[in-house]
Amino acid sequence: MKLMTCPVNGARSISEFVCAGEVRPIPDPNTTNDLAWGAFVFHCNGAAGIKQEWWCHTPSDTWFIAERNTQTDEILRTYLWGEVA
Amino acid sequence: MPFRLLKFALSKDHPEPRMFRQPDRLKSSYDAVIIGGGGHGLAAAYYLARDHDMKNIAVLEKGYIGGGNTGRNTTIIRSNYLTPEGVKFYDESVRLWQDLSQDFDLNLFYSNRGHFTLAHTDASLRTMRWRAEVNKHFGIDSELVDPAEVQKACPMMDMTCGGHAPILGALYHAPGSIARHDAVAWGYGRGADLRGVEIHQQTEVLGIQIESDRVTGIETSHGTISTPRVLCAVAGSTPRILDLVGLRSPIYIHPLQAMVSEPMKPWLDPIIVSGSLHVYVSQTARGELVMGASLDPYELHSTRSTLDFAEGLAAHMLELFPFLSHVKVVRQWAGMADMTPDFAPIMGKTSIEGFYLDSGWGTWGFKATPVCGKTMAYTVAHDRNHDLIEDFSLSRFENYELVGEKGAASVGH
Repeated sequence: MKLMTCPVNGARSISEFVCAGEVRPIPDPNTTNDLAWGAFVFHCNGAAGIKQEWWCHTPSDTWFIAERNTQTDEILRTYLWGEVA
Repeated sequence: MPFRLLKFALSKDHPEPRMFRQPDRLKSSYDAVIIGGGGHGLAAAYYLARDHDMKNIAVLEKGYIGGGNTGRNTTIIRSNYLTPEGVKFYDESVRLWQDLSQDFDLNLFYSNRGHFTLAHTDASLRTMRWRAEVNKHFGIDSELVDPAEVQKACPMMDMTCGGHAPILGALYHAPGSIARHDAVAWGYGRGADLRGVEIHQQTEVLGIQIESDRVTGIETSHGTISTPRVLCAVAGSTPRILDLVGLRSPIYIHPLQAMVSEPMKPWLDPIIVSGSLHVYVSQTARGELVMGASLDPYELHSTRSTLDFAEGLAAHMLELFPFLSHVKVVRQWAGMADMTPDFAPIMGKTSIEGFYLDSGWGTWGFKATPVCGKTMAYTVAHDRNHDLIEDFSLSRFENYELVGEKGAASVGH
C-alpha cells in the first residue's frame, strides 16, 4: 500500500487522497485576453519531473501541496498552503 | 511445424526472412521523419509510401517497434462513439480494419465478436440511447437492447451483479471486434519496409531543429538528420517531444493498466464493457481473458503495475462473472496514456510548419490505428489537414471548440 503524508493527519493510504493538478498562478480574468485564458484553462506542463501539486485528503477535506516526482512516483514532501516552501 | 522448426534450428543461415530490414545507419536527410514506431507511426509510414509515393522516410523508435501502447492495449475495435466527429472518424477506421489482413497478407486474427456496453443505471441507459441514435444517423450498426438479449449472448453473466447493480440494458454494436495488436505493428512495419521506408529502432530523438518556425532537422542518438517534415506519434512521450519544439498542449499522462487470465475453453464470445463497474473484457483466440479498467488516478510517467489495480478489477470481474473466482491472473502491465480534457485526440498541423501531431490517444488509440495512419499520411503529404481530422487540431482548445467524447471513450467516470 502506497502511503502519503497529510500535513494534518499524518501518513495515510494513497487511496484516501485525490490529486487536483499542478500548482500554478491564475492570470487575472479581468485583464487576460481569451487566448491566454484558454491557454491557462487547458494547457499544462505535461512532461515528467518534480512538480508541486494540489492534493486533498478526502475524509478530512484537508487541501495541501505535495512535491512529487511524476516519473518515479516518489513523494518528496507535503505541506499546507502558505507554509514556507 | 515441428519439422520446420528442427530444420530451422539445424540450418546455418536463417531461412525465415525477417519482417523488415534493420538499416545500419541513418541517412543525412529524409523527405519525412516519423517519431515513434508504434502502430500509428508505422501506419502513417505505410500509407505515405503506398498512397502518396513518398519513400524516403525514416521511422525512429527509441525502443522496439510496437513496444509501447500498441502492444499494451486490450485490442478492442469499435465505432459506437458519441460525437458526429468521432463517429465518422472511427467508422472509417473499422472499415479499414476489415480488409487489413488481406492488405498485409498477414493474419491479424481479426475477430468480429459484437460489443455490449452494459447499463446499470437509468442515466447510463439514457446516454446509450443517445449514442445509438447518433450512431444510426451515421449508418452505424448500433442499438439499445434489453437484458434478455444480453443474457442470450452471454449466458454466464450474473445479470444482477451480485444484486447491487442489476443490468437494465446495453448498447449493442455488432461490428465490435478484437485483433492481434503485435501483428498490426508488424504488418504495417513490413508493408512500409517493402516500399522503401527505413525503420530505425533503438534510436532516440534528442532535439528538433527549427528555423523561423519551420522544421529543418532532428538530432538523434545516432546523429543529426535534415528533414522538412516531422510527424510525432509517440503517445505517452508526447509532452517530452512538445517541450523540444516549445509547444504547449493539454495532454497529461496517466498509466492505464490491464491484465490477462490463464487460458480457458471458449465461453465468452462478445466483448463486454461496463462503465459503472469499470470493466472491459474479451476472450482471445487462445482462451485468455483480456481485462482492462479505468486509468490510474493521478499523473505518472511510468509503466509500473499495482496490486490495487489487480484487486479492484478482479472484484468487479467477479460481480459480473462469479464463477471465475478460481481463475488465475497470469500477466499484468501498464501503458502511458496521453489524456486530453475532452477525450478526443489531438491531430494534424501545428503552429510550427512541418511539425505534425498524432497524439492525445489516451485510452482509445488502438482501434484508430488504420485511420490515423491514413489521415496523417494525407496531412503530411499535402501539408493540409485531412477532412476527417479537421476538428481534432491542437488549436481547438484556445478556440474553446472541444469535442466532448468522454461519455463514449472509456470507462470510469
